[in-house]
Amino acid sequence: MTREIMVYDVVIVGAGPAGLSAAIRLKQLAPTRSVCILDKGADIGAHILSGAVFETSALDKLIPDWQARGAPIRVNVTEDHWLFLSATNAWRVPSWLLPKPLHNAGNYIISLANLCRWLSEQATELGVDIYPGFAASEILYNDQNQVIGVATGDMGRAKNGTEKSNFTPGIALHASYTLLAEGCRGSLTESLITRFQLRKDACPQTYGLGIKEIWEIDPALHRPGKVMHTAGWPLDNQTYGGSFIYHLEQNQVAIGFVTGLDYQNPYLDPFCEMQRFKTHPAIKPLFLNAKRVSYGARALNEGGYQSIPTLVFPGGALIGCAAGFLNVPKIKGSHNAMKSAMLAAEAVNNALSLNANPRIPLHAYPAALKQSSVYQELHQVRNFRPWFSKLGLFWGTLVAGFELKLFQGRVPWTLKHPREDRARTLKAHQASVIHYPKADGVLSFDRASSVYLANIRHDENQPVHLHLRNPNLAIDVCYPDYAAPEQRYCPAGVYEIIHDLNKAPRLHINAANCVHCKTCDIKDPTDNIVWTVPEGGCGPNYPNM
Amino acid sequence: MKILVAVKRVIDPYAKIRVNADQTGIETHNVKLSMNPFDEIALEEALRLKEQGLASEIIVISIGPIQAQETLRQGLALGADRAILIQTDQDLEPLVIAQLLNRISLREAPQLIILGKQAIDNDANQTGQMLAALLNWPQATFASKVTIDQQRVTVEREIDGGLQTLAFDLPGIITTDLRLNTPRFAKLPNIMKAKSKPLEIIASETLGIDLTPRLTTLSIKPPPIRPKGILVHSVDELIDKLRFEAKVI
Ligand SMILES: Cc1cc2nc3c(=O)[nH]c(=O)nc-3n(C[C@H](O)[C@H](O)[C@H](O)COP(=O)(O)OP(=O)(O)OC[C@H]3O[C@@H](n4cnc5c(N)ncnc54)[C@H](O)[C@@H]3O)c2cc1C
Ligand code: SF4
Repeated sequence: MTREIMVYDVVIVGAGPAGLSAAIRLKQLAPTRSVCILDKGADIGAHILSGAVFETSALDKLIPDWQARGAPIRVNVTEDHWLFLSATNAWRVPSWLLPKPLHNAGNYIISLANLCRWLSEQATELGVDIYPGFAASEILYNDQNQVIGVATGDMGRAKNGTEKSNFTPGIALHASYTLLAEGCRGSLTESLITRFQLRKDACPQTYGLGIKEIWEIDPALHRPGKVMHTAGWPLDNQTYGGSFIYHLEQNQVAIGFVTGLDYQNPYLDPFCEMQRFKTHPAIKPLFLNAKRVSYGARALNEGGYQSIPTLVFPGGALIGCAAGFLNVPKIKGSHNAMKSAMLAAEAVNNALSLNANPRIPLHAYPAALKQSSVYQELHQVRNFRPWFSKLGLFWGTLVAGFELKLFQGRVPWTLKHPREDRARTLKAHQASVIHYPKADGVLSFDRASSVYLANIRHDENQPVHLHLRNPNLAIDVCYPDYAAPEQRYCPAGVYEIIHDLNKAPRLHINAANCVHCKTCDIKDPTDNIVWTVPEGGCGPNYPNM
Repeated sequence: MKILVAVKRVIDPYAKIRVNADQTGIETHNVKLSMNPFDEIALEEALRLKEQGLASEIIVISIGPIQAQETLRQGLALGADRAILIQTDQDLEPLVIAQLLNRISLREAPQLIILGKQAIDNDANQTGQMLAALLNWPQATFASKVTIDQQRVTVEREIDGGLQTLAFDLPGIITTDLRLNTPRFAKLPNIMKAKSKPLEIIASETLGIDLTPRLTTLSIKPPPIRPKGILVHSVDELIDKLRFEAKVI
């Protein structure tokens, strides 16, 4: 197939904080270099879902006058609460007991999507070409196994693969360097990790699924700048996770619930955990007389230090959460995403300036990263998540907390993440069914009315973007052995087991509901689901998530 | 033939509409805006006419805030030749819009003006008709098929119970219905090229039109929330409820 070709010095996949920061840094260093960014969302920020409490350290370096330039970073953190929940009670952890990374003084509550929109304006001003609505669907290689760019997906293909009247073929974007900034569990990133064995010397990545809603609450209860985190109920002692509640501007509150995807019980349903969390007596009052205005979900990396893959390959690098620099106890990744992107951009700029042999691996980038604050902070908290997996909520938090509080992570041991999350899933017969309360339509909702608030646009008449490696496995293995957990872990109700009258059950995939969280690609116990990009511009249209 | 296509920047059809807190309008903060879908169809039709060799130039025009440039750039990426923005931060009424378009039409002298039949934000469905009256041109609204032979334009339009066919001689006005065509996707290289196509910005006050609104919006209310449905267990129960609770039979 011959595609139309566009040539850039640097092509970046993904306009999240990482991709945008890399582009900005490159242009700051070398204004004449041509840089473009592709994003699969219909506009910038459409697929960005975060918390977000934001640490400005990286932005301070990238755009020191961000305040004067009107960055949408306005709400200072004013209050910071950590609660442990039982089914009926809540205990506040005094702030003097909390290890330093858990403090939020000096941080801001922001919408990361809006920050990305602003960053994209800054990048455009510097001359970066930003193309929202275009998904990178394929990595392009030359015959020396070097990455030479990416191809955008075809538009206007029918479900059966034929060309519709508005068919527009994808094009090839060639570059000296290609930076993958797809965020957590990027589809092209995963293919590169496999091809170049980038995970050979690292632990498997481990993940969490964050489900988030924005509410407009009673102005009398709204406290701009208030941050609250909880652990404990409704999750059991063995399941990692917790909530965040951030008071934004304009009477809005972001509420999120993260469930560690290494959970064991296949009957666990992260969506229902989130819904029932809101009914806790300590949480509920905030959401009475309030209105839910937005819904979405996104996976996040929890592997941290031990799971950082090899970051470079011939012709490019992984930056931001595509590689995985989220600090788990802080639940913050955007500052590290930006920082890593800036370091990668500097390495690219040096490599291009030397102009020796384009596409030689950018070893300067991982070297600089190892010396940076990113590695420092990830190293410090490296045992936090594994302690939990080993010891459960109570002892895990206690030991991890003490390790951080007393030694700031300066301990001689580094615990491993032994397995992929999917491998931790128990068989259905080893687990017990969880009965979740019915949605009340006031605090808790069903999937359909939630997904409605993700503003999804997805032309149904296009090839299904969720591939089953072996279509039979879903019903022959996953259904009998694991009770088809995809019905529960998917926060958008994409997977349904349908029992037609007198017929064998079958798996129905409502691809048009997909919010691009990537959980199915991570958690399917049989490693049978592959998430690929649908047509560019499809998927959620998140406002200020 | 020169074609003028009017495009409006509206709340994206996939965004959820919310009434603002003081019930004076629709919440546009943090809401995605895009080209009115009927206008996309209008532009697509113009592009097809150009591809058939029937048009020589396509001008896209928008009246709105400075951000409406994005919508115009999208039009240019899709294939329009140049763009005009009449810049205003005011919410203008259809008659004023038609008067402004009239001014530009007199200047540009297009033979054909294509507009969406309505904008999905206020569903006014008036601009095309008013513009036709101001220009004293023939109009064919709600077009679902357009053919042009020399000066003769034939338009099929969907009406209650069937299709109506109209014909007029150029110059004239067409407003588009949903089934007229399927708009194309913008191609990456064309988005790139669109950046260097001409886009003229005219301040709305300079066109000598009185922009003052004639209507006052008293309040805007969201539709009442539908009460939750209930499951009845028998036909008798259903009849009973319809008769005594809903009182409809
Ligand atoms: C629920 C939740 C809460 C969080 N809370 C916080 C917090 O409070 N503070 C904090 O600092 N961090 C937080 N994080 C982490 C933070 O959101 C991430 O670290 C950050 O978004 C990573 O940035 P990124 O640019 O690497 O990737 P992303 O932000 O994920 O951006 C990736 C972009 O790439 C695009 N993309 C992906 N694949 C393709 C493709 N093939 N083609 C085209 N485009 C593509 C996507 O559409 C997206 O726009 C949170 C994350 C979650 C999920
Ligand atoms: S189909 Fe997969 S990626 Fe899409 S919403 Fe469901 S779990 Fe997430």
